[in-house]
This record gives sequence, structure tokens and C-alpha cells, in this order.
Amino acid sequence: MSWQIVIGIETHAQLSTASKIFSGASTAFGAPPNTHASAVDIALPGVLPVLNRGAVERAIRFGLAVGGTINRRSVFARKNYFYPDLPKGYQISQYEMPVVEGGGIAIATEAGERRVRLTRAHLEEDAGKSLHEGLPAEFGDVSGIDLNRAGTPLLEIVSEPDMRSAAEAVAYAKALHGLVTWIGICDGDMQEGNFRCDANVSVRRPGEALGTRCEIKNLNSFRFLAQAIDYEARRQIAVIEDGGRVVQQTRLFDPERGETRPMRSKEDAQDYRYFPDPDLPPLAIDEAWIERIRRAMPELPDAFRARLVAEHGITDYDAQQLTASRDLVDYYDAVCNALPATDPARHKLVANFLLGEFSAVRNRADMPVRAVPVTPEKLAALLRRIADSTVSGKLAKDVFDAMWIGEGDADAIIERRGLRQISDTSAIEALVDRVLAENAGVVAEFRAGKQKAFNALVGQVMKASKGKANPAEVNAILRDRLTRS
Amino acid sequence: MSEAATTIAGLARALRAREVSSVELVRQTLARIAASQPALNAFITVDPEGALAQAHAADVAIARGDAAPLAGIPIAHKDVLMTAGLRTTCGSRMLEHFVAPYDAHVVARLRKAGTVLVGKTNMDEFAMGSSSETSFFGPVRNPWDAACVPGGSSGGSAAAVAAALLPATTGTDTGGSIRQPAALTGVCGLKPTYGICSRYGLVAFASSLDTPGAFARTAEDCGLLLTAMAGHDARDATSLSRPGEDYVRLLAQPAAARPLAGLRIGLPREYFAAGGVEAEVTTAIEGALRELRALGATTVDVELPMVRHAVPVYYVIAPAEASSNLSRFDGVRYGHRAAAYRDLDDMYCRTRAEAFGAEVKRRVLVGTYVLSHGYYDAYYLKAQKVRRLIARDFAQAFARCDVIAGPTAPTCAFAIGAKTGDPVQMYLNDIFTIAANLTGMPAMSIPCGFTSRRLPIGLQLQGNSFDETRILNVAHRYQQVTDWHLRIPSPPPRARGDGAERSEAGEGTAR
Repeated sequence: MSWQIVIGIETHAQLSTASKIFSGASTAFGAPPNTHASAVDIALPGVLPVLNRGAVERAIRFGLAVGGTINRRSVFARKNYFYPDLPKGYQISQYEMPVVEGGGIAIATEAGERRVRLTRAHLEEDAGKSLHEGLPAEFGDVSGIDLNRAGTPLLEIVSEPDMRSAAEAVAYAKALHGLVTWIGICDGDMQEGNFRCDANVSVRRPGEALGTRCEIKNLNSFRFLAQAIDYEARRQIAVIEDGGRVVQQTRLFDPERGETRPMRSKEDAQDYRYFPDPDLPPLAIDEAWIERIRRAMPELPDAFRARLVAEHGITDYDAQQLTASRDLVDYYDAVCNALPATDPARHKLVANFLLGEFSAVRNRADMPVRAVPVTPEKLAALLRRIADSTVSGKLAKDVFDAMWIGEGDADAIIERRGLRQISDTSAIEALVDRVLAENAGVVAEFRAGKQKAFNALVGQVMKASKGKANPAEVNAILRDRLTRS
Repeated sequence: MSEAATTIAGLARALRAREVSSVELVRQTLARIAASQPALNAFITVDPEGALAQAHAADVAIARGDAAPLAGIPIAHKDVLMTAGLRTTCGSRMLEHFVAPYDAHVVARLRKAGTVLVGKTNMDEFAMGSSSETSFFGPVRNPWDAACVPGGSSGGSAAAVAAALLPATTGTDTGGSIRQPAALTGVCGLKPTYGICSRYGLVAFASSLDTPGAFARTAEDCGLLLTAMAGHDARDATSLSRPGEDYVRLLAQPAAARPLAGLRIGLPREYFAAGGVEAEVTTAIEGALRELRALGATTVDVELPMVRHAVPVYYVIAPAEASSNLSRFDGVRYGHRAAAYRDLDDMYCRTRAEAFGAEVKRRVLVGTYVLSHGYYDAYYLKAQKVRRLIARDFAQAFARCDVIAGPTAPTCAFAIGAKTGDPVQMYLNDIFTIAANLTGMPAMSIPCGFTSRRLPIGLQLQGNSFDETRILNVAHRYQQVTDWHLRIPSPPPRARGDGAERSEAGEGTAR
């Protein structure tokens, strides 16, 4: 009998406010340690938190974007525990009454669109950082504390356990990432830890009750998220199939070894002694505030996607992929606008290329859309050469790769490398005849009814043309030759 | 000393008339503090240099004619309020050497009003106590009898005004920490409405209850201090935004024959039927009520049925908040840190075990317990519900009366050490004061008599939220026809061996 994997995800999205959630200190990344830490952030005796309304505004924007309920009254609570990078000895968070409840995120799966339900989203402050190495020598053998990050505003977004595979979990995380950057509440920089996921993973036989879950903490890339879930699911299945029981645990993912390791188990789970923070009155959000924010919201990915399908003739799946990021959509728009409006197929062409070679190269280079070295206008020039059959779609990838590393414009590269497509019928006929003569055995197979042999012959012709022959022409001429004689 | 020499109003007039300079006042104050210190131990830190420099600046401003309203008046702050550049210890080893980099909001406002900060007063550690015995810097003694406690937690501030060391001190009141010591030392102590005075720079004990306030010899002086201290502070989210108020304006109106005509004084049955109230206290309160009636007030019985739960409610909520508020004292960034430790947990344990006293530990433990998983609903949540019911009782009572009167504390000052072994007996000292913290409403204690052993007794006046002016006016009119508040222990107490024997300090009156 097969196993079903059940996944829920908690995401910490750092909100894009200039100052911290309860103090006026800057949230800028990369400053020397403890230079962005005010009296409030280092928790001097007698200091008090004051809520940054910009953080609340971003939480409201999120709530509206996911169709959740914006609670008109929510409560900040203290989560008490001792740790050197937690200056107050408690984290201010929201517990029983979060700012946003419910809502959902649409994800694209191979089987079509699915909706992942959200449990809640709540505001909280980040902790500082412990530095165990790289300290100046004069400090001796000690750990350091950097409180620059302490008090940075976070929106913790909690999903229901609605995902059934690592691929779905990644699709959710990407859709969520796309959404928070789309609506401008989070810069989405995963390397700086501004968008990080915890995955709750359990396994069960289909139809059974939920199994015991393990939480894998602090996954700061989509790849690690997938690897960690796959590993963890395999581990849990192995435990059960060996007659054991899964123990509820918090685990850490080790990217070097591709494994999850236990961090702490439920038995030594801390009692955080949550209680409403008496320093902060309940957060009241009135209708007028919500309305103001609603009016200023950008068109959301869902609406944008529907427009891509209806007006641009793009498949739902491709539209979903494109709208995963506001930057990608902006790039898409710019490329489309640089192509002649008279070409009805231009949208499809742009979408295919962006989701194909463009994404592949970008992912290999691990580069955000904004940093891509090929401008939309230059990419449009290349796509124009595909549209007018100057270059084949396949060779266009090579041209794009060359453009990426700075070899010049599309036309220059095509000329320099001699990649211009051969559409001249007599030239192709000559190539076909040569291939047929050299591959009598394959021709015989085709005549004996083996359809695959035809493709092999096409491949030989393309190879003989160094990939430059127009494939449609090759097909037509080859079929003509084989059926005529 | 004359009345004028012990009150803010009198000294302010003398300063403006150039009858005395602030430098002279401060020199006298410093000398009195130094002389009293061995006997009273009312101060933790005294700042002669800083005080004289401020006094000099005040004299210059007065001479120029552009002085702030309280220019040149010596003041001392409870050592739980942050003072920039001056040590702030909270009466604890934990902060024995802590120098605050900033002023508390109320400290800054009193500075702006021209007061001269001479030092920081002794107190129960982290304001936890009702006797000022839990200070790391030793107990404060009652100027009326050095063998007795001055009450707490603001015992140093109360004792300093009682002994006429200076005319004004600040305090903080979380469950009676201003009013109870005011009663036990025979001075006026005002706890304003929660949110009127910013808590920024007040080292938190129980955030939802902590209230900065003031001690002085007269109600009028309390009003002058409150006028300077109150005001919105954007750094405290619980600070209220209200128009500025002159809390002595009503007091300045000429006295009618029956100045309190129309005033309805509520007498809670529960306060007068409470067991454990000393007979002499009851007698003094009844005498005060007769005076108030003679001034035109009427008395009406009111009921506060839920108030009997005030002490248990308080001893759930206050320790709960304290257990969390005191977590920042972890030895990592400032304050005491154990000299040697094995690892991080050991550092936390040793640091806090070494630097916190027994009462602080007791409350941190109680607070941690009541917030624990499985106990939260039964203790903390239940306490919060009862807190709301107590507030409802008061709201209903204030529909029938304008102020509520009763004893501030059930007893007069008790001997040092008498209750340290029995926390519950100690906690019951606050039986009448705690409700005003739970409801956030203003209240003050004023002197209304003495016991046969010549120990002061305090009358508590409670008002509805924002009714400070009204209770100050009632107190002021009472003080126009009585002189309990003007009596000061005389001769000034001197150092004695162990303080176990009865003080010979008698009483004198300033009139």
C-alpha cells in the first residue's frame, strides 16, 4: 500500500518597513554588529515597545491579497524563553488573536490548480543573531551577539496541512513568495533570510488520520525545502515500516548531507508561557484603514493570470508560472511591448521562452529577474529572429546563452556563429538525399512500419545541418521522399 | 521648620522672592540627607555635585526671570526611575552599578519643570514589597520610629519627605507602593490614573499596574508635581493623549464656608467591615470623615463585593507580569553576571540566583507558575476576569458617589522584621490599595491622625478615572482645617546601633 505525505508550512516573511516593528531603529541589512540596535532593541531597563503601523499595514495588505479575515482587534502576546539573542527574555508575537485568519493561496500543479488554505498570519518581532565564529581575536573564546536583526518585523504565515508532495510544497512556497513580493510587503531575499520556511511533515496511509509530524526549521531555499521534505518523508516511512513510531520532533536540515537531524523533541519542548503583552494595547483596525489599503492594492496575481489566459492565449499552467513573481511579469510585459503588436503569437512565444531557456539559465545562475544581464529589448530582438525563422528555437537558446555572457546582440551572434536557419529547399533536399543514401538500414526499418525510424532520419538531417535546417522543411521533404519512392 | 520651608509651594514663593537661593536649599537638603542616612537609609545614591550645578542654573534662571514653575526645588526620585548619568539600581544587586543612559519620561518632565535632582531613594528590590526591607542596600527606617518600617515599596521616598529632608519625591505605585508608605510615614502620596504619567523609563515590575506618582507634604504640592509629571508620551503605548491639566487650579479657589458641599463620599462596607483593621486606625478614619462632613460632604454606603478578591487577583497578575519583565536581567548585556559558570544555562542560573533577592525570586517563581501551560486559565485568565468585575464594582459605586474614602492600610507602621517571615501577612498590607491599581483609577493617601504610639495613620481617597483634581481638592480642603500633614518627627532621628529599640523621636508641628 502506498504512503501519503502531508505537509504544512510556516513561513517567516520579513516585512519591508524601514524601521523595526517596536522601535525606530533601521532594519537595513549588513550594518556592523549592534549599530542598528536602539535602547528598545537591546531591552534596557524601563524601555517600552511602540507598534510600527507600517508593519500592520503590510499585514493588512497580505490579508486582503489572500482573501483572509482581517481581525478588527488582535492581541500581541509575549512568548517567554531565555536565549542570548532574545534581549527581553520574551518575543513579542501574536498568539490567540492574530491579525489575519483564513484565506488561501492557489498553486499550480501538474494536475491543475489547487488551493492551499491558510490558517493564519500574525505579526511578530525577529530575534538577534548569535555569532559563534569570526569574532575579533581580542574577544577571546566567546560567542558574540548582534542585535541588529532584533525587532525586525516578521509576518508568520501558517498554512493548513494541505500539501501532498515536496513539489506541491515548493509550488506553495513559490506562490507565496511571489505574492508577498508582488504586493510589496517583503523583498523576498532568501539568502538574507527575509523569507524562510518551516515544514511540518507527516506520513499516513491514504484515508487514515494524520500521522505524527516533525517540524523542519529554517529552510531558506526552495531546493532545501524539497530535499528536506523528501528526506524526512522517506525517513518517517522507513521508521514505520520497520515497526517503529515517529516521534514528534523539531528537526534541522543539513544541506551538506541532505539529511534532517533532531533538534529537540516534544518532551523537552519549552513552555513559552504566552500571555497578552501589557505594554501594548490590543491592535484595533478600523474599516476606513482597510479600505484605504484595499484601494491602493496592485492587481493581484490571480487576476493578472486570468487576463494572461483570456487575452494573451497563454495556458493556465504557464500563466501560473509567469505570475509567480512580479518581476518576471514586468519583464514579460516589457518583452511583449518590444515586439510588433501585429504578431498575434508574440505572447505565447515570449512566455515559452521566459519559462524555458530564460528560467533555466537564471536558475542555474541563481539570479533574480532584476539582475538578469539581458534586457527585455534585447531578448525581444532575439525572439523576432525566431518569429521570422532566421534562427531555430533550438539554436536561439545558444544565442541567448551567448547574450547572457555578454557576447553581444542576437543578430551579431547569429551572424558571427553562422547560426542562421537553412530554409532553402534545394539545400535541404541535398542534405536529405545524402542522409537517405547513408542510412539504408534505417530507411528499410521505416518501410517495414517502424515509425521511430522516421524521427531518427530527421535527427540525422538536423545533425548534418549542424542544427540549422528548418525542421518543418526537413520533415516535409523527408516525408515526401520516403512516400514517393 | 516652618510649613513654608517644607512645602513646594512655600519654597517656590521664597525662591522667587529671592529670600533663599536654590543652592542654599540644596546645601541644606544634602546636609539633612547625610545626617539622616545612618538612621533612615532613605537614599541609595546622592549626587551633591550634580545637584549643586542644577541649583546654580536654577538660581540663574530665577534671577533672569524666566524660571520654570518648580525651578530650584530639590527633588529625589525613586531608584526605579531612570536618571541619565546617575546610577539606577532598583534596590537590587542586579543593577548595583547600572548607570542609565536616559531619563524616564516623568524624570525628564520634572527636570524641565525646574526641579533639582539630588539623589535616588531606597526601595524594595524591583518595587516588590510593602516595607522597604527587601532592598539590596538595606532596609529603610521610619522617621517616626526607626525600629519600624516606612512601608513600601517607595519607602525611601516616603521617609525622605516625612523627615522633611526635602519637599518632594517621586514614587511608583503597583499595588499601593506610594499610598501605603505615605500612610505609614504621615505624608501625602498620590497615585494618578494609569496612563496619565508615562511609564517610559520606569523599570517595569507589573506593566499593567505600574504607575508613577508623587510624595509631598500637602495635597497642593502633589497637584503641582502631577501637573509637571503628567502628559502624553509617544514612547509608551499605554500613555493617554489628553489635554494638559492644571491639577491645582481648583485648589486655588477661595474656600467657602462649606467647601465640600454637594460632595458624596462613598464608604465601602467591605473596607470598614474588614477584619484586621486596627481599632486606632478605624477611629482616626472616623474622625476624618467627621471633618469631611463638617466641610459639607455627605457620606453614602457603597458596595464593592468583588474587592475581597483584589489581593489574590493582584498576586496572580503582578507576579505573572513580573516574571516576564524581569527576564531581561539575564547577565548577557548589562547588570550583574556571575563571575564563573559552566555554560549558558549555568550563567543564567548563577547570575539570577546571586543578584535577585528572596522576594523577587518568590514572585518570579509564582509568576512563572501561574503562566504555565495547564495553569494559565485557572490563574491568570481567571484573575483577569475578576479584575474586570472589580472595575465594574467601582464603576457602579462611582455612579452613587464622587470619591471613596477609607483607611489606606489596615495597620500603622510595624516593626522591622515583623512580617518578613510571612509573605501573606505582608501582602495583606495592600488590601485597600490594590483595587486602584487593578482598575487604573486615581487614589491618594493623606495623614489623618496618629496612634497612641505616635505612628501616623493614612486616609485613602479614591476617585473615578481622571478625577485627580477632585480628590486633590478634597484632600486640600481637609488640610486647610487639620494639621496632621504638617507634623514632622522631631528631633530628627539620629543613628543608632541596630535600631531594635524603640525610637525616642517625638513629634512636632510646623504650625
